[in-house]
Order: sequence, then structure tokens, then C-alpha cells
Amino acid sequence: MKVEFDYTRSLGPVLSQFMSALKQHSILGGVTSDGRVVVPPPEYDPITHAAVTELVPVSDHGVVQSWSWVAEPVAQQPLEKPFAFAQILLDGADAPLLHAVAVDSPAEISTGLRVRVVWAEDPTGTIRDIAHFEPAGDGSSEGSASMEFGAPEVTGIVSPVKLAYDYAASPEETKFFRGLAEGKIFGQRCPKCEKVYVPPRGACPVDGIPTTDEVELPDRGTVTTYCVVNVPFQGQTIPIPYVSAYVLLDGADIAFLHLILDIDAADVRMGMRVEAVWKPREEWTTDLNNIRYFKPTGEPDADFETYKHHL
Amino acid sequence: MRDVAVVGFSQQQMKELDGSPTCLEILVPIIQDLYEQTGWTKSDIGFWCSGSSDYLAGRSFSFVSAVDAIGTLPPVMESHVEMDAAWAMYEAWIKIQTGEVDTALVYGFGKSSAGTLRRILALQLDPYTTQPLWPDTVSLAGIQAREGIEKGLWDEKAMAEVVARSMTDAAANEWAIRKGATSIDDVLAQPVYADPLRRWDCAPVSDGAAGIILAAGDKAREARQRPAWITGFEHRIEPIALNARSLTESVSTAAAGTAAGVDGVDTAELHAPFSHQELILRNALGLPGDVTINPSGGALTANPMFSAGLNRIGEAASRIWAGNSDKALAHTTQGPVLQHNLVCTLEGRN
Amino acid sequence: MGKVPAAVIGVGQTHHRAVREDVSIAGLLREAVDRALLDAGLTFDDIDAVVVGKAPDLFEGVMMPELYLADALGAAGKPLLRVHTAGSVGGSTAIVAASLVQSGVHERVLTVAFEKQSESNAMWALSIPVPFIMPVHAGAGGYFAPHVRSYIRRSGAPSHIGAMVAAKDRQNALKNPYAHLKNEGTTVESVLASTMLWDPIRYDETCPSSDGACALVIASEDAVAKSGIKNPAWIHSTQMRSEPTTAAERDQVNPAAGRAASAALYKQAGITNPLEEIDCAEIYVPFSWFEPMWIENLGFMPEGEGWKLTEAGETAIGGKLPINMSGGVLSSNPIGASGMLRFGEAALQVMGEAGEHQVDGARKALGHAYGGGSQFFAMWLVGADKPSN
Repeated sequence: MKVEFDYTRSLGPVLSQFMSALKQHSILGGVTSDGRVVVPPPEYDPITHAAVTELVPVSDHGVVQSWSWVAEPVAQQPLEKPFAFAQILLDGADAPLLHAVAVDSPAEISTGLRVRVVWAEDPTGTIRDIAHFEPAGDGSSEGSASMEFGAPEVTGIVSPVKLAYDYAASPEETKFFRGLAEGKIFGQRCPKCEKVYVPPRGACPVDGIPTTDEVELPDRGTVTTYCVVNVPFQGQTIPIPYVSAYVLLDGADIAFLHLILDIDAADVRMGMRVEAVWKPREEWTTDLNNIRYFKPTGEPDADFETYKHHL
Repeated sequence: MRDVAVVGFSQQQMKELDGSPTCLEILVPIIQDLYEQTGWTKSDIGFWCSGSSDYLAGRSFSFVSAVDAIGTLPPVMESHVEMDAAWAMYEAWIKIQTGEVDTALVYGFGKSSAGTLRRILALQLDPYTTQPLWPDTVSLAGIQAREGIEKGLWDEKAMAEVVARSMTDAAANEWAIRKGATSIDDVLAQPVYADPLRRWDCAPVSDGAAGIILAAGDKAREARQRPAWITGFEHRIEPIALNARSLTESVSTAAAGTAAGVDGVDTAELHAPFSHQELILRNALGLPGDVTINPSGGALTANPMFSAGLNRIGEAASRIWAGNSDKALAHTTQGPVLQHNLVCTLEGRN
Repeated sequence: MGKVPAAVIGVGQTHHRAVREDVSIAGLLREAVDRALLDAGLTFDDIDAVVVGKAPDLFEGVMMPELYLADALGAAGKPLLRVHTAGSVGGSTAIVAASLVQSGVHERVLTVAFEKQSESNAMWALSIPVPFIMPVHAGAGGYFAPHVRSYIRRSGAPSHIGAMVAAKDRQNALKNPYAHLKNEGTTVESVLASTMLWDPIRYDETCPSSDGACALVIASEDAVAKSGIKNPAWIHSTQMRSEPTTAAERDQVNPAAGRAASAALYKQAGITNPLEEIDCAEIYVPFSWFEPMWIENLGFMPEGEGWKLTEAGETAIGGKLPINMSGGVLSSNPIGASGMLRFGEAALQVMGEAGEHQVDGARKALGHAYGGGSQFFAMWLVGADKPSN
């Protein structure tokens, strides 16, 4: 299961200056109330809590204060091959910057090592404009001390977050999905309140104990309530407009959401009787998508009294 | 303040939970176990509070289906913190202090194995200047460990001592994931992984859940012969930035410890996900050398995110119930390299 | 030892907008926090503890953002808590902050709730497809629209009630300098003419997606006395209740948790006839139809008759029970902050500081929030007089 989004972050005054400077290959520190130069600049003073307003350029050369070897880099880190993360005290700063140092082995880095910035080829105004640091020998740089502070060029950044998760179903759900692969809908009864849950639940939400006795349910039931979705959104997989409906299967005590088709959205009704339209058998998997949608059965609508307690 | 005690504790830990990120499969038996320990039922519980994380589960509102483990019709008075469940217990303790309720059931859960934990936790860092570099948990701890080593505050051997003692003690803990009689030499013989750290210096990725029952006054005495009475409950946070605090000491733990009162403590359960962090914590709390540290094996042997901190309190309370401790201290941490720390002190009364 | 009386002595909020591109996340919070501290006449150094609330972390893509915010909130060296109870979070966060004072543990607590929704997309964050499940779900509107349909069917309410609520709240928002939507000329007719999004919910009957924050300073009786604040909003009662998202025969229209919470709230505050004794209510109405639904759920009107109060115009400022004087969630919706904005508006009303949207002579006000699938409820009752209980 993937959770991926490119977050758009507005920066505010201090970080806008910092990122704009990075884009010009310059690094700014914030001057805090105790007279220290801190990189990256904090937005608020750690002592007075007032907004930090004074920014000064520092060098793109510095010294490693502490480091750790990254033997197995994870996705989106600055380097794909093993490298070091280090606290780097830039010349002119009083507090270290955390960043990556490109060396081939832990033997090539040590506390006290002089390092310099390797700038990214295409600066975008983010902390990644510093691609990484590399050993600098005895070199030093003045930085760009004559920076002009005008209206910042960069006022926002895009931060891609790409995460992957293994998804596992609960044992009760697993039985349900396995049933679907065989074209069957299994519910389970709570041993205490005797309500039939579909899908079955790891815990009956009323009694807090797992549902147990298996109950095979028919693939037809009643629309209790519904809405017509007419709004597009990112990640949507069904063309609009479509009817998203609560379907109460005959014999179940809880409705679930599914899609209603083969009828004009305007003609769908509360109480309408529906039945499942399955995908061809050879396409069945352990997925509620095996049921493509529900369609009207043509039976008379269910009486309101029969489903009003399911609203 | 009202006298409030821990009277029930139940936990489950495993390397990989074969189940959903809501952890219902293990929460249900934990809650049942808590009822059995106290002889109570749902209707005896005045307040419920849980701790968990959406980012651990990979979806919004991951805590919502966990309330099914309680059974919440009729409705219950309930809250949730996006923090380790030790802070859920703090919220519950506060609720009992207002006098509105006399009892609370607190639980935490998390399936760390669903994603790449050390990478996901990078999302806790400053989203503008630090997170985009994806500094992983192990690297940050490595920087902290090296700083202490190079300042002469501790060395590899001191770290290995922590590991060896933890794994050896964990042999008696049915829930520990990494355990067994281990010597300092065994530890030092392990290859260095994230220089300066060995794998055993880092807590194993763990799934799990835990629950605790709190009760005030007579209600506590009704449930346990020797309740673990809370004598101090304090927490403090520090700035997140690694350059805005001293990494080799824990001023927030020290402040929480001072406020909670550590005098007379004979046992301490410290939440140290990395071996050197135990050394920092012991120093911050000023624990004398004869205090028993992490008899459970601690977080180095099982560290289920969002319940590991609550486990420390549960482990400490269990020792008081059994008469093995008269005054115990439990510590919990969260956030990058010991950013936010909680201290709870408990005592048995005869 | 009894509960320590506590009161709101400072209220602050941001100017809510679709995108606050001028500030970082920390900057957004500080705008609200600085106003609350100024209102209370305090500085960060006076604050004992900080309580932060917001809805899912996936909205901003920062895990437990209070950790990163600790420094900007002046929390370093202090206790900090982070509450997350879905949409009700702004309310439950204020309740946790209040309990820190009522328990006698702290004297002055700063609480802040926020959402910077423009960093991502709420519909995306709420509709990430989960394997094995039908992806018919379409954000919060898709979730709540079927239940609105159920309410209309059960109550027999005329179809223009939702539009009446939307028109009223948008008019109220014009009186609130902080409101996000300033849609002049919104009428029942214009709402009815707007696009149907999740039938039966129209575009103008939905809440916007906002960046915003709200902060409160809550103080003990002693700290109120020392503060020199003469018009605090005393907290008379607070309640939270939860129930499952789905359960067999669960009432999604008039949820048991909301009924239980309001009944307990009134009992704690010594209120026997809420419609007569409460002067105004700021309630969580993200889709206009939830006004009549919550009027019933909160016990102001019998079941099935909430819409009659709306239709009679009694929920407008000047009516019997003004509701959502600030313009409500329908006019500003930074999700995590939305509950606290309701609680804060209730406080402003009894402090007499609600400006153009002040209800004359308001002495008792209700603040309300809900979240999840109408399953998490948080509410408080504040008053101009110190509580007698």
C-alpha cells in the first residue's frame, strides 16, 4: 500500500530568506538573542520566543562535529550509496547543521574533518540544494558575504513524501475476502449480541469481542441510504457521477458501502432492492471489487419500517 | 492530589504482528486480561484513553477502529493522544485528579513492521530544513552516541554492558524479542553496523500493544492487594533541533525526575531505544548504582512503538505488586534522540 | 479535594484562508498563540504547560508535528501534550487543557489547535484506497451525505432547510474579521442554485478547506484573580463521548454519543432546560444539514423537530438560540482547529468580546465539536458567572 504526496509548504519570512539564499549557493544563519549564529536559522528565538529577524551569511566550508555511518541508506536520502550523516559546524556559525557527507567508508571521516558543500546542479530553493558535503582538505571559503536581502525569491517548497506499507487484513477479514474469491459472502455473528456483521469484525463494536459463527449471506439486499458523488478528487477510481450506497444484505445487521449502477442516479431510492453483479469468475480475487456493483432487482421497494433502524 | 494507583497491566509484543495495523487482534485479549486481573467489567471503567500514530499505520484515523476493542455502545468517555500511551496514561491520571472519574483504562498499540520504521520516523523532524534529508532514527542516535564517546562520557564497553545486561535479563521476559544470556564480549564481537552502533545497540523493530488500569483510593485497593501508587508523574519536552540542545545529556528527563522525586527508588524501567541512551538517562535521573535497571530487559529487547513507554510503567508496577520493589521509577521517551521525556514514580505501601 | 474552578482568559485565532502562503506551520500557530497571550495579558514565561491538537498528521505530512513545534510554542522545558480525536480534536484539546487546570496540576495552560490543509489535499488524505475495499468513499462529504438523506427522510424536513443554514452562517461570517469565506449576497436561493456535489449536499452547503489555528489560555481561579481579567469565560462543564464508526443498528443521524455527552454536560452545569437557559451555541456544522440534526442531538428540540427552530429563524443572531454566530465551520474550516474555534467563540460570547457577532447579554454559551463518523463528541458550557458547582 502506497502513501505518496508532494506536500507544498509555504515558508514564512525567515525560511523564505534561507531557501532563497540556498538557491543562490549561499547559506544564512539566524542571529539569536544570545548573539549566536544558528544554521539553519530558527524562526523563533529560543530564549525570547520573538521572531528571528537578523540573518547573516556563513561559509559553505565547515568542520564535522559528530557523525554516524549510514550503511544501508533508505529511500530519498541525499545519497544512494553508503555515506555519513554529520553535524557540521560551518565557519561563521555557532551551531551545527545536520547534513550528509559523501565518503566511501567510515575510515574516511572523523570528527574534526574539514568539509565543504557540493551544490546541487539544479538549485530549487530547498535544503537539498546542498546536495551533500565532501572532504575539503584545508580549503576555506568566505561564503557570499555581500548577499542582498530583497524580497525573497523562494516562498515555498515542495516536499515529496513517498511511503510504502505492507497491508495485512485481520483474521476475520481474511475469511471474508477468501470467501469472496469463491463468490461467497460470509458474515459473522457476535456471540453476545447475536448481530450479523459483514464484513466480520475483529471485535464486535458493541461488545468488544470477536465475531465468531460464520453466516453465508445472499448477494442481494436493500439500499438503506446513499449519495450521488459528483465531485472529482485525486486518487478517485470511479467516473462521476456515481451512487455510493449503503447496502443491507438480507440477513445482515449492518450495511456496507458499494456502488449502484444499471440505473440512472436520479432514480435510485432509499429502500430499493438490489443484487450483486459479479465480475467474470476467472477475474475473482480476494477483494470486494469481485462485485463490480449492485443493480436493481426489480422487486418492490422495502418498507421504511424494515430498514429505518439501520440509518 | 488524589491517591491513584496502577492496578492492572497487560502487554503483547512480537517481531511482526500477523494482522491489521489497528492491532485489534491483540487489543481484545489485552482488555479481557485487564478485566480478569481486576475483576471489573467495562461498566467499572470511567475513562478511556489511547496512544497511537497514523503514520505508523499509514492511514488517517487509525485509532478509530481500535475503539471497537472496548465495545463503545452505549458510548464511553474516551480520548486519544498521538503519543506513546504513557502520555495517554498521563491524560487519564489528570482526568482522575479532576474528580470526574475514579478509574481509567489506558492502551497503546502500533504495528511498526508495516513500513520502514527508521525512515517513517524522519517525518517527525523539522519539515523544512531537516526532514527533506530523511535522517533516519539510527543515524541520529549514532551521532549522539559518537558525541558522548568522543567527549569521554561513555565508551563502547559501557554500551555493551547495557546490551548484555538487558538481553540477559530479558531471558525471563516472555514478550522480549531479542534475548538470551549475553556477555560483554559477545556484544563487542558483533560487527559495527551504523558506526559507532552495533545492531544490538539499537532496539529491534517491534509490534505490540499494552494496556493499564488506573484507579483512585478505595477502588484501587478493591482491585489489588498492593496497588502501585503513583507518587510523581511529570514530563518535559526539549526543542527538536539537534543543534538546539545538548545531545549527551537529557535536561528534560532531569527536570521531570526532579519534579517527580526519585529519592528511595530501588528499581527503574528506562525507555532507552539505544544502549547509550540508558547511560544518558541514568545520569540525568541521578540514579544510585544499587538501583535495579530494566529488570524486564527494557526497550533494547522489545520496543513496540506507542506502547513501549506504557510498558515501562506496567513493568515497574508489576514489580511493586509482587513485592519485589517498594519504590520504582518508570521513564518514557518519544521524539528524535530523547526529545520528550516522562517520569512516573510508583510505590507499594504495606 | 474538589475541582479547581477554571476559566478562559485569552482567545486568539488566525485569519483563516484557503492558503496561508505567507507563513510556515509554526508561523500559523504563532499568529493565534500571540493573540491569545496578548488577550490574556501574559507571556510565554507565564505558561505552565502546552496542549496541541490537530487532525490527521497526513494532512501536513509531518509526524507528530508538535515535536517540531515545541520550540516555536515556547514549550521547551515544559510539559506538552498532543491530542488527536479526529474532527472533534479542537474541542477535546481544550477539554484536556481545562482538566490540567481543574485537576490542580497547573495554573495557566496554553492550548492551540491548527490545520494547514493547503500543504496537501484533505480528500486525498481521507480517501487513500485501502486494499480489498471498494473505493466508493469520497471524502467527508461522501461519508456524511447518505446520513443527511436519512435525516431528511426521518424528520420530513423541507428541502430548503440546509440552504437556510448556509445562508445564515455565510451572513454571520461577514461580521467576523477572521472568517475564511466572505460570500456577500449569499441567499437561500443562491445556495439552492449551487452545484449538487454529493446529492443531497450542494456546494454552498459544504465547508471550505482552510489554513488556520486557534489558541486559548485557560487559568485557575487564583490565576484569573492575579491576571486582572475582569470578564473571564468560566468553564461550567465539559464532556467527551465516543462510539463506534459502524455498528449494527447504530443511529448515524442522532448518535447516542452526542445525546449522552449533552445530557451529562447539562447535568454537570445544572441546566434543566437547555433551550431556555443557554443563550447561544457554536456547534460543529461542516455540512449545513447538521444544524437541525445537532439541535436535536443536543436536546434543544425533540427528535425530528430541530429543523423547525432553523426554519423559524430562531438560530440567527437575535433569535431564541443563535447558532454559529462566527459563521461556523461552514465559513472557516481548518479541521484540527475547527473544534477549538467553536469553543473559543462560546468563550468570546460570554466574555462579551465577540464584536459585531456578539449576542446581546450572552451569559451561558455552548461550544461543540464532533468527529469521525459522527462518533466522537466534545463539548463545553461556559458562563460569565463563576460556576456554583
